[in-house]
Amino acid sequence: MKICVLIKQVPDKDSKIVISADSKSIDNSNVTNVINESDNYALEEALLLKEKHGGEVVVCSLGGKSANEIIKTALAKGADRGIHLIDNNNNYKDILTVAKIIAKQLEEGGYDLILSGLQSDDSGNCQLGLLIAELLKTSHSSLVMSTEMVNDNTIKIKQELENGWFQWTELSLPASLTIQSGINNPRYASLRGIMMAKNKPLENIEINLSDYDSQLQLEKLYIPSKTKETQYIEGNADEMASEILNILTNEIKVL
Amino acid sequence: MNILIFIQSEENKISRSSIETICGMQKLSDENDTISTISLNASINDELQKYNINTNYFVDGIDEFHPIKYTSALENIINQKKPDVIAFAHTYQARDWVPRLSARLNIPFISDCININKNDDNNIIATKQMYQGKVNADIRSNAPVIISLQSGAFRADEIENGTALTEQINIEIDNNDSIKPLDKFKDSKGDVDLSSADIIVSVGRGISKEENMHLVEELSKSLSAELGSSRPVVDYGWLPHERQVGSSGQVVSPKLYFAIGISGAIQHQVGMKGSNNIMAINKDPKAPIFEIADYGIVGDLFEIIPKLTELIKNTQS
Repeated sequence: MKICVLIKQVPDKDSKIVISADSKSIDNSNVTNVINESDNYALEEALLLKEKHGGEVVVCSLGGKSANEIIKTALAKGADRGIHLIDNNNNYKDILTVAKIIAKQLEEGGYDLILSGLQSDDSGNCQLGLLIAELLKTSHSSLVMSTEMVNDNTIKIKQELENGWFQWTELSLPASLTIQSGINNPRYASLRGIMMAKNKPLENIEINLSDYDSQLQLEKLYIPSKTKETQYIEGNADEMASEILNILTNEIKVL
Repeated sequence: MNILIFIQSEENKISRSSIETICGMQKLSDENDTISTISLNASINDELQKYNINTNYFVDGIDEFHPIKYTSALENIINQKKPDVIAFAHTYQARDWVPRLSARLNIPFISDCININKNDDNNIIATKQMYQGKVNADIRSNAPVIISLQSGAFRADEIENGTALTEQINIEIDNNDSIKPLDKFKDSKGDVDLSSADIIVSVGRGISKEENMHLVEELSKSLSAELGSSRPVVDYGWLPHERQVGSSGQVVSPKLYFAIGISGAIQHQVGMKGSNNIMAINKDPKAPIFEIADYGIVGDLFEIIPKLTELIKNTQS
């Protein structure tokens, strides 16, 4: 079985986000970059499927030079090879355009499964896995909580619906699955894995962005204005605890 | 500008989020615009006819949700009607097929918007959250566009009434069987109904370790509160799924929602922003939870929570 995992490098959730002077991008100079959370679960699911059924796991990431790091980590965890689609231009592109760039690289790959996280923690589109499915004419399922191969051509997945409901669905391969966080326990790279990763193939492909015009334009990024006036409680821990008690008793009146 | 709204139904009623979407589009439109809806469920047509929309298009024969059937039905209608804006509620169901429609029609999709406007050139400007709610982005479209609106972005009770006609559209339905939906089921073992709780003490990633969970359990007990959580705590297995608040868990509106070590990602806020009082403690002053908190405590929960629990116990003894 041939599995491709789409991974993205994003700022760590605790990073302070600073908007650059032109209001069109994020100032990356003080940001710690990590693999997108749900992509990490997608990678683990691919590695588990390979361990059970054999085959190859390829990781693919579209991003700037620094995205090399997350691909190397994925190789150290057990992926077989990496594809880095290098985007040296930080300009906004709508997600359909991004999907076209990635789909073009995957179309000749002969993948049975394409796994990705259900959404990115930076742009939050929740779309890529399905866009790729349509562009490559595969089946799909989103918010996947569990996977199980039925036979060589069919996979059964558990999908999360709203309000605590779930559903089983059978998909014909090839299929594109968007993976929900919490589906498994992502591993850490071992020392041996890190050593072995050095000899694994990592293909760097420069993307010619002039071939792709974004259909949507970013007008501006800005810090949201607060909708509520927050009353901040200050002081040392003792003072804060007694002020909270005062508010619970006298303002919110739950004590 | 022609606006087409897809109406999602739940148990033969219009879903609340679709009502909100109609409101959002009514607010966007002026006298030069038309608003139409698409219904795939005959039992919601009567209700749709009571609202201020031009035409309700009804397609018969797709009883159950199926991503490929829905995609092909909408592809067909959009190619016939050529709307400028195609609007959806940003539900889990929409997430399971609308991107596919976007790629099939080559019409870009701006998802999970919190606002939508027109500029002077009659272009759509949609606002969406990025970086877990830390940043807003205004995105412009000069051509037909698909949008989805975040739950709560518009108020359902502000819908304008009117009279609409239903027009049945007959289309051939794609019977592609590469996706076979099977049984639906509920997973939760114990039934915890957080929606009726007066006080919810809710815990997030900031609690760091399972060994620290007793801190919030003790606080919750001292307040006679129900314990809730954000998604990561459930993913780590520290609390069962039925205690999760947010888009993939329960939607709550208690008298007090006490968020402890919760950063407040959009998916969490959707489940609790309607609470009467939100109190939040977090070490990061920039955490999005403070955007919606009534009371904010920037500090170390490991220091403050045990002291607070102690104080509450003292007042009770």
